[in-house]
Amino acid sequence: MKKKMSLLEVNQVSKYFGVLKALDSVNISVQENTFHGLIGPNGSGKSTLLKAIAGDHYPDEGNIKFNGNDITKDSPEVRAQNGLNLKFQITAIFPELSVYDNILLSLQSPESFWKLVLSKSRTSYHDRIMDTLVRFKLVDRASSLAGELSHGLQQWLEIAMAVIRKPKLLLLDEPTGGMSPEERRTTGELLLPIKKECTLIIVEHDLEWIKDICDNLTVLDQGKVLDDGTVKHIEASQRVKEVYTSRV
Amino acid sequence: MLQIINKISFFKAILHKQGRVIPIVEILLLILLVITPLFVGDYLTVIITRMLILGLLAISFELCWGYSGIMTFGQGLFFGMGGYAVALFANKADFLQLWGVVPIGLIVGACASFLVAWLLLLGKRPPELIFLALGTLTFAYAAERLVAGWYWVGGGNGMSIFEYLRIGSFEVEPGRLFYYIVATILLLVYLACRLLVRSQFGLVLAGTRQNEKRLAFLGYKVQKFKALVFCFAGAIAGLGGSLYAHHEGFIGPGNVGIGISTMAVLYALFGGAGSLIGPIIGVIAIESISFTLSDIDAVRGYWPIILGVILLLVVTFKQDGLLGFVVTQRERIGSFGIIKSTESKSLENLHSLKNEKKDVSS
Repeated sequence: MKKKMSLLEVNQVSKYFGVLKALDSVNISVQENTFHGLIGPNGSGKSTLLKAIAGDHYPDEGNIKFNGNDITKDSPEVRAQNGLNLKFQITAIFPELSVYDNILLSLQSPESFWKLVLSKSRTSYHDRIMDTLVRFKLVDRASSLAGELSHGLQQWLEIAMAVIRKPKLLLLDEPTGGMSPEERRTTGELLLPIKKECTLIIVEHDLEWIKDICDNLTVLDQGKVLDDGTVKHIEASQRVKEVYTSRV
Repeated sequence: MLQIINKISFFKAILHKQGRVIPIVEILLLILLVITPLFVGDYLTVIITRMLILGLLAISFELCWGYSGIMTFGQGLFFGMGGYAVALFANKADFLQLWGVVPIGLIVGACASFLVAWLLLLGKRPPELIFLALGTLTFAYAAERLVAGWYWVGGGNGMSIFEYLRIGSFEVEPGRLFYYIVATILLLVYLACRLLVRSQFGLVLAGTRQNEKRLAFLGYKVQKFKALVFCFAGAIAGLGGSLYAHHEGFIGPGNVGIGISTMAVLYALFGGAGSLIGPIIGVIAIESISFTLSDIDAVRGYWPIILGVILLLVVTFKQDGLLGFVVTQRERIGSFGIIKSTESKSLENLHSLKNEKKDVSS
């Protein structure tokens, strides 16, 4: 069987905040077109790791390779241009823009200054934007201000903004945070078809939810990788049971 | 009376719903712009021409603050540098041609603002709002002190331009012709800015204002966008300064520094930040109030205090400025895609219908 290529490699990454070691020699490897979950108790370093991958802050030690290239010191915009996209833990949309314009803003980012000034692409993007709005159940709110949407819809909008760019790697920081069980289930349904298009790393608290959609899981505890492997492997792991399940 | 109020409210509601108040205000101002000199004397025409020139300064500030979130107290610097540049050309090289004055103002403003942008905006880390405000303020203050102490550019007395602006061999005196030249330039600048802020580029600026960090994670080089707008705004301020120097026949340290830069801020806040027409309304309102108050004998000694109180009241209690009385925040931001904010909610049906058609045809 042909082995899938590793899209992301995090090698010996450490991050300090003052005296606190938020990440301690973390290693993870994420293969193409898989869903990879990051789980762990509060303060275990999940979001810190995700932010280090996205470029929100830089690791103090170690390196991060994306698509074979070292991106450890690249700025967030360079990483985004190379196909890496982050959905923030706290919803980060543009509240005073319409839902449609939020998606357009995300989609048009590779355009040059002049093309943007001359507004050459907005007509050609229309169908793609509408398709995405339909897919994420936002089409009847297309002209509403993004800030007027419910929390769940804002989360979907942010995922839609990331997905429409066809990223190679999508990083979702607690995509179901603050959602109702029904919204959580729908979010899972919305995410599953993405597997064909891109690789996904999800940070989640809800172990049951993440088990259903992820292929592999990495369990973090106090900034260290506690265990790593398939969902079945993690479910059977005695170390995870001892440390993780007793605290979550 | 109640019926009239109801009717006004009804039309206001329709206009708000349609999001079409700003175009109406723009058209009304354009009509006023065209016809005003036909009904007022030369003296008032000169006063209004000065307001229009200051309108360029106000627009340049608005592009920075209202559209891009760059708090600048340095627009006066670019305005003054444009003015000093054309004054130098007039006095040292006897160059007074309009075809040269306009590009000199634009180029000097753009170059000066590029230098400031390079130092303040294009660093490794995105600068804080306060850093930009204080940085631009420092540049404006330093420039004011520099020209005030530099004999070659007239020192504290500034520089006078003793001859009129020329088109070929024809002299353009401050008056009706000068007015229409300035009005045409202002209109062209306004249209260019309108095109910019309503374009997809304008959408990026709107995003910058709301969540700069998020924009970087979408792949935008935010600081470069901001620097570009800053330079464009600097060019407009420089153009304003070049016209001002020729219109007034004078440019001095007071036209470079903190005073004029602060006025640019006040014009925008008073008229209504977040729109291009608001700052122009702000200029007209503030300058008209100043002019009227200073002409009333009873308040001649203390009219600046009255003006200050009016400015304070509006800026404090009506934060969206005078334009906020008729224009909603939603309309100011507007829509950028091909779906307008007023379209119905049957988009889903329309889109699925379109997809069905596609399927049938394929």
